[in-house]
Amino acid sequence: MRTLVKLSWVELKLFVREPITVIFTLALPIIFLFVMGGVFGNEASTDDGGMVVFRGVGPLDYYIPAYFALVMMAIGTVALPVHLAGYRERGILRRLRASSISVWSVLGSQLAVSFVIAIIGSILILICGIIAYSPNMPQEVGLLILAFLLGLISFTAFGFFLGAVLPSTRAAQGLGLILFFVMMILGGAGPPPEVLTGAMDIIGQITPLRHVIIILQDPYLGFGWNQNASLIVAGITVVAIALAARYFRWE
Amino acid sequence: MAIQDERVCFTLTAIIKVENLRKTYGTTVAVDDISFEVAEGDIFGLLGPNGAGKTTTVECLQALRQPDSGMMNILGLDPRHDAPALRRQIGSQLQESALPDRIKVWEALDLFASVTPEKLDWQVLLEQWGLAEKRKSTFASLSGGQRQRLFIALALVNNPRIVFLDEMTTGLDPAARRIAWDLIRSIRERGATVILVTHFMDEAEKLCDRLAIVDRGKIVAMDTPQGLITQYASEVRVIFTSDFADLSWLHNIAQIKKITKSGPRVEVEGSGPVLALVAASLVEHGITPTDLRIEQPTLEDVFLKLTGKDIGE
Repeated sequence: MRTLVKLSWVELKLFVREPITVIFTLALPIIFLFVMGGVFGNEASTDDGGMVVFRGVGPLDYYIPAYFALVMMAIGTVALPVHLAGYRERGILRRLRASSISVWSVLGSQLAVSFVIAIIGSILILICGIIAYSPNMPQEVGLLILAFLLGLISFTAFGFFLGAVLPSTRAAQGLGLILFFVMMILGGAGPPPEVLTGAMDIIGQITPLRHVIIILQDPYLGFGWNQNASLIVAGITVVAIALAARYFRWE
Repeated sequence: MAIQDERVCFTLTAIIKVENLRKTYGTTVAVDDISFEVAEGDIFGLLGPNGAGKTTTVECLQALRQPDSGMMNILGLDPRHDAPALRRQIGSQLQESALPDRIKVWEALDLFASVTPEKLDWQVLLEQWGLAEKRKSTFASLSGGQRQRLFIALALVNNPRIVFLDEMTTGLDPAARRIAWDLIRSIRERGATVILVTHFMDEAEKLCDRLAIVDRGKIVAMDTPQGLITQYASEVRVIFTSDFADLSWLHNIAQIKKITKSGPRVEVEGSGPVLALVAASLVEHGITPTDLRIEQPTLEDVFLKLTGKDIGE
């Protein structure tokens, strides 16, 4: 336990000392938020054909909870896999293991750091959104916190899985960035999901991001708890944990 | 209970015991058949060329790899089944391992010290290993020698009974290697047993109380460094220069086995009091070379004789 706490604290400091990761996980979603705000404003509207977009709410009301999920995804697809694959590649995991630091401390510390970063990132998004666009405030805070926990654990597990199977830092960077941008564009954090048609929509539906966004948006917007999406996210979490446990290697 | 008693008796004699250890990777045999014992408080060396199986052997002992077969007993524990308990009592300086680039020296020591329940003062280690000035430096900014010293400090931070050092002086300049040797001796003075893996002959000869020469996954010889030299390379070389063309009368000395002459340089090989006999004989023939000297056999000669190759090959 003492080791877990120490390692979490060290890992948090290491995260802060890595400017590229900080920019990617914390600054990039805020930049996207301002771009979307600049393009769409925050007036609920339909597009030219009369189709309902942004689930019928203001674009910024849509994007703020969606970008909570974007921070989690940045951690799960890029930051965590690159970190873990790099640790394995460079022999850092070997070094930790030889000094009897357990796999639970290694992964537990990453979960703790992911948690702190996701909370900071989400609060920053909320503050920036409030200052620039006066959006609606979260409607059902209790359910939102629950959804936040589920989404975060899911993407962290996803990150453990990628970090377990990807052999090197390069592989993790390459695949992680592709996953990040494909999921962002098609999963509902880029253009409004209603305008995606055909294959784009189908791919969007199978991205974990789409469902994490929904479980966060529903309580934020006052739509309640989304049973279906939360079951899908829980399922992804279980599978990711099982695969991570199956394929985790110290070296 | 009987087994327990046996273990207790056993640790009094040897702190590490390995029998018929074998480890293969696919079709490659890394460790073929290795057996040895290490007494508590010794510096025990595993000497051999790269790929001989030294690292795999010590990694099995540290519970970092599973051997295919064989018996291991270290501190009364079996690495295969008691890995966590074992790792808490040993310290490791591993080959090919690293720390995160941006971790600071003090943070690494503080973290690794947290593994042991006892409260250990790692500040002392910072001083002892000359890292006090570097305590706030990041791992990436350390020189090769400083990194090695940090790794040794980390290996000692849990106050281990056995310390494994794997090629710890590789990549160090000669001055830094000398310092590292003194440091290894000081580990023993703390009361720990040291397992030293190396491919440096001089290092093994100067540091080890006992050493095993490993070649192709097997131990080909095991003794004290001097014992190995006496046993496998008893021949000394006497060297001098002389313009005298015919030295064939030196063959009359029974102890001499071989005379090599290249230009004025003469090299005489033999065993026993060769230097005195050659000197007397030279004087008798009116030759008084000013550079007459003897070369004692070294571990290098033992290694060459046992494996038929230079270690660099």
